[in-house]
Amino acid sequence: MDSLLEQIERGTLWQFPGGVHPPQQKSLSNQQPIARLPLPDKLVLPLKQHIGANGQLLVDVGDKVQKGQALTKPSANWSLPVHAPTSGEIIDIKPMPSAHPSALPELSIVIAPDGNDTWCELSPISNLQELSHKTLIDILHNAGIAGMGGAGFPTYIKADSHQPIEFLVVNGVECEPYITADDLLMREHAQEIVQGIEVMQQLLKPQRVLIGIEDNKPQAIAAMEQACAHNSAILVRSIPTKYPSGGEKQLIRVLTSKEVPSAGIPADIGVLVQNVGTLFAISEAVYKGKPLIERVVTVTGNTINKPQNVWALIGTEIKHLLDCQGFTPVPEQRVVMGGPMMGFTLPTVRIPVVKTTNCILAPDNQELAEPGDEKACIRCSACADACPQTLLPQQLQWFAKSKDYDKLEAYNLFDCIECGACSYVCPSEIPLVQYYRVAKAEIREQKLDQIKAERAKERFEARKERLEREQQERQNKHKRSTSRAAKPDAEKAKVADALARVKQKQGDQSAVQAAIERAKAKKAADGSLEPDNSEVALERARRKEQARQYKEQKHSEDAASSESSNETSSKKDAVAAAIARAKAKKAAQQSEQQNEQPQQAQASESETKKSDDEPRKAAVAAAIARAKAKKAAQQAEQQGETQAEQAAESETNKTDDDPRKAAVAAAIARAKAKKAAQQAEQQGETRAEQTAEPETNKTDDDPRKAAVAAAIARAKAKKAAQQAEQQGETQAEQTAEPETNKTDDDPRKAAVAAAIARAKAKKAAQQAEQQSASQGEHGSDAEPQTPEQKRQAAIKAAVAKAKAKKQAKEQEGNDPS
Amino acid sequence: MKLSMASSPHNHSHKNLSRLMLTVIAACIPGIIAQCYFFGFGVIVQLILALITASLSEAVMLRIRKRPVWPALSDGSAWLTAVLLAISIPPLAPWWVIVIGTVFAIAMVKQLYGGLGFNLFNPAMAAYVLLLISFPVQMTSWTPVSSLLELPPSLVDQITLIFFEYSTHHKDLLGAMTSVDGTTMATPLDAVKTAVSQNLTVTEAMMGKQFTTYAGIGWMWVNLAFLAGGLFLLKTKVINWHIPVALLGTLALCSAIGFILAPGNHAGTLFHLLSGATMLGAFFIATDPVSASTTNRGRLIYGACIGLLVYLIRNYGGYPDAVAFAVLIMNMAVPLIDHYTQPRTYGHGVAK
Repeated sequence: MDSLLEQIERGTLWQFPGGVHPPQQKSLSNQQPIARLPLPDKLVLPLKQHIGANGQLLVDVGDKVQKGQALTKPSANWSLPVHAPTSGEIIDIKPMPSAHPSALPELSIVIAPDGNDTWCELSPISNLQELSHKTLIDILHNAGIAGMGGAGFPTYIKADSHQPIEFLVVNGVECEPYITADDLLMREHAQEIVQGIEVMQQLLKPQRVLIGIEDNKPQAIAAMEQACAHNSAILVRSIPTKYPSGGEKQLIRVLTSKEVPSAGIPADIGVLVQNVGTLFAISEAVYKGKPLIERVVTVTGNTINKPQNVWALIGTEIKHLLDCQGFTPVPEQRVVMGGPMMGFTLPTVRIPVVKTTNCILAPDNQELAEPGDEKACIRCSACADACPQTLLPQQLQWFAKSKDYDKLEAYNLFDCIECGACSYVCPSEIPLVQYYRVAKAEIREQKLDQIKAERAKERFEARKERLEREQQERQNKHKRSTSRAAKPDAEKAKVADALARVKQKQGDQSAVQAAIERAKAKKAADGSLEPDNSEVALERARRKEQARQYKEQKHSEDAASSESSNETSSKKDAVAAAIARAKAKKAAQQSEQQNEQPQQAQASESETKKSDDEPRKAAVAAAIARAKAKKAAQQAEQQGETQAEQAAESETNKTDDDPRKAAVAAAIARAKAKKAAQQAEQQGETRAEQTAEPETNKTDDDPRKAAVAAAIARAKAKKAAQQAEQQGETQAEQTAEPETNKTDDDPRKAAVAAAIARAKAKKAAQQAEQQSASQGEHGSDAEPQTPEQKRQAAIKAAVAKAKAKKQAKEQEGNDPS
Repeated sequence: MKLSMASSPHNHSHKNLSRLMLTVIAACIPGIIAQCYFFGFGVIVQLILALITASLSEAVMLRIRKRPVWPALSDGSAWLTAVLLAISIPPLAPWWVIVIGTVFAIAMVKQLYGGLGFNLFNPAMAAYVLLLISFPVQMTSWTPVSSLLELPPSLVDQITLIFFEYSTHHKDLLGAMTSVDGTTMATPLDAVKTAVSQNLTVTEAMMGKQFTTYAGIGWMWVNLAFLAGGLFLLKTKVINWHIPVALLGTLALCSAIGFILAPGNHAGTLFHLLSGATMLGAFFIATDPVSASTTNRGRLIYGACIGLLVYLIRNYGGYPDAVAFAVLIMNMAVPLIDHYTQPRTYGHGVAK
């Protein structure tokens, strides 16, 4: 038994199953040389003409450009530039109908040629051998070369294969009827194609290069044989004419007997396929320095007066090609981009030639009859006999009609290359390929939905877990804190201060980084099929955590500074700092573990610090807490899907005189919070994070004013709650944070503080309303419109939340009342 | 300019259903001519009756099912069923036999299952079995070759026999089947089966007048005519080779083994291949795409099993011929066969 290489050397060819023999119709267009067309009036250059990402625009409307000048530069992976096909002025940059079956608008540069056709400066290469691998790849990349046979895969990626390549297969098969672009190119430019092959040989170092050409192109075969006579590693193979032998997988099978694994690429089996047109473009790019700005297009069909191949500048509208070759449309005229088997009909002739456009076919209604009505399938399996992939098209059709996606996948729907052989032979004229396309799209969509559902489930479970854990921690916490509160320690506060400062520094840097990464993640999510919001969510969680740390740190700084000025309060400050430290730690743990979820927080935080003789403030705060608790309870009750996390925390430290009121207020708040918490637990998906934290320190006298203020606050809170209720599924980030530091002896200030809190709550509620629509359930979509505001809100919310949770438990333990 | 949009491919092979069905009907013509030559024009009368009944029942059923009538009727599938049933039953069977059979085939077996493409069973064969079981006398009264008859019925005789079950020359169908020597004659398959059951050897059974060296007079030629039609179908790629080759191959193999082991009570290979409905079954019945297996390996299994069943039933079953039973039994196995004979898709089962 000979080795594979020996068999190939000897000229052995293999068969692929199936295939059809539609009428060739090639003689229509292969009798004339490739023509040069006059410059069109305008050129429309879509930024994206290949598989991959757009390049970045380098030009603006009104710019004068020269022929060959790059108009975009590659930005991300798989991104290729486009170049000006002629000199002229850029008159517009806007979305224009694209050369795609959908004709969806694609951002395009419109150029008005100046008629001079002046080249920009070119840098041709004389000695190929001197070029490094990377330089060559860069040349291919910057020349904007994409696969010109069909899919438009960026050539520089293929040429930079990291897998060893045994055989470079050159596709000159051109099995689609009518198309003769590659045929004529091989006849007229065999030399350049072989130069292109030699560039690829240097890049990939294959053992052999196999040029496959169908035996209906004897002139092309002869030209290629002559051009590569000097290079013994290049073998020209004449293969039997059968559609679709030009399919990548089929050609590899015919020339090498190998099969590309399902869902794999040819490089997996050491094979790489390049179209002759692409190789010509490579040669032009390397030896002449010319970027890819024109290609051969077959303009053919019975309605074309002068069917012929033409050199068409990329961006030339199809109308110009038809006009130049003479076009007499018939009723129900079809204009097909590509061949009759796999091409797609154009909705308008104002669509530009792109890098992958090989043929414009304008048939009359006799040569390519309109499809008849779909009849019943008689299970004759003519389709299976024609299928080059050995699928069972008939069975796939039944499953596609019944939307049996599992069966479709079990019958390898995704191995279908959509060559159309099955539809071509079907006696019942069933549009099989169309059924498969729809089924494929539906399966892809369904998979996306599945992923989304799974993610939602994960999120839900993570949240449940977290809630349980938090409760656990709260219980642990208040046990611990009883002992800690008894040990005031100024040293600890200092250490905490320093730690927090360090954290803040890190936080500042990473906040910027986080923003950048978030933007990137968003962009990536837009580009990819699956919007991956986990990254975004992660970033947000990280950012939040940092914000939280920052906040904590600020608190501890305040505490520390007040310590120096106020000896008496040092103990308290130390306690606060310690608590802050612990909170920051906990928050960090939380956010590390739960990087999945955009928190929807509704928090109000009223902090009254070191008010030596202000009982009113305490009362106010307590009232606010009460109001908030009420509101949260209502929300939780009424809003089925609201996510409610609620904590009410009243801290009463060393209440000297009139401790009872504060205690009462705290008790009420606590009771309400408890009730709300129970409700929230009962309502599976409820989530609202709400915190009310009144700190009442050394409340002295004047309870009435506080009561008034509290009543007002309560009313306002109620109103806000109603608003929130109306929002159905709102995920509200609401923050109200009245901070009053070291207020001396003024009841009005308490009222002011309450009013501020009120206003803030209102504003937050409105924000929440506005954002509710966009936020929905999709975490990734919930990007704040004004990131600054949002972030602040989130910070405050988070701080409040953490404090509330801990201290509520503490209080339960500490406060005997 | 308004352009017309369509999904690829934009070309078609111009094969269509009615052409496919009419080609199969056309391929039956040599067999029908041979039948007319050897058994009289009764088969033409049966054909006309069957075609009319089939068209009517198809139209009525489509109307009841609220489907457009002409598109389905014009695909020719009902006519093909009618033709296959008409050439399968005895040429002088009473008119109501073919009418009942055709109505059953079209209305019950085909349309009630959802019309063309949805029927589990081969309509012509299901109807044949129904008739055989319901009217065994009429369905087994196959007239001997005309040349052997004492009083070969004229065309008018045949028509009146079909419609009124008597004619001016024959008091009943049995009378019309009386041969030159005054006895009635069975079909060759029946004759051999009866003889073997009476402990005669096959050789002795084939001493009868209705036999040539290899098979029955007339029957051999009818089978050869259907073989010719079948080869035409293969040539025009209307049918694939798998089913006929597997069917005939298995039947030939089994009968050869039987003949080698016990030549006394087993007929030879040629006798089996050229008797009864062998060729009709192999090329026209078993290849019905709707009810046959759809994968190539499945078709080989399907064809081979039919061949085996035909042989077993002919030799050991209660009926002289067995194509209809064998086909129906295998129709039931098709989903299973198809499931287990999926071909290997390109790129699957190769090392990645």
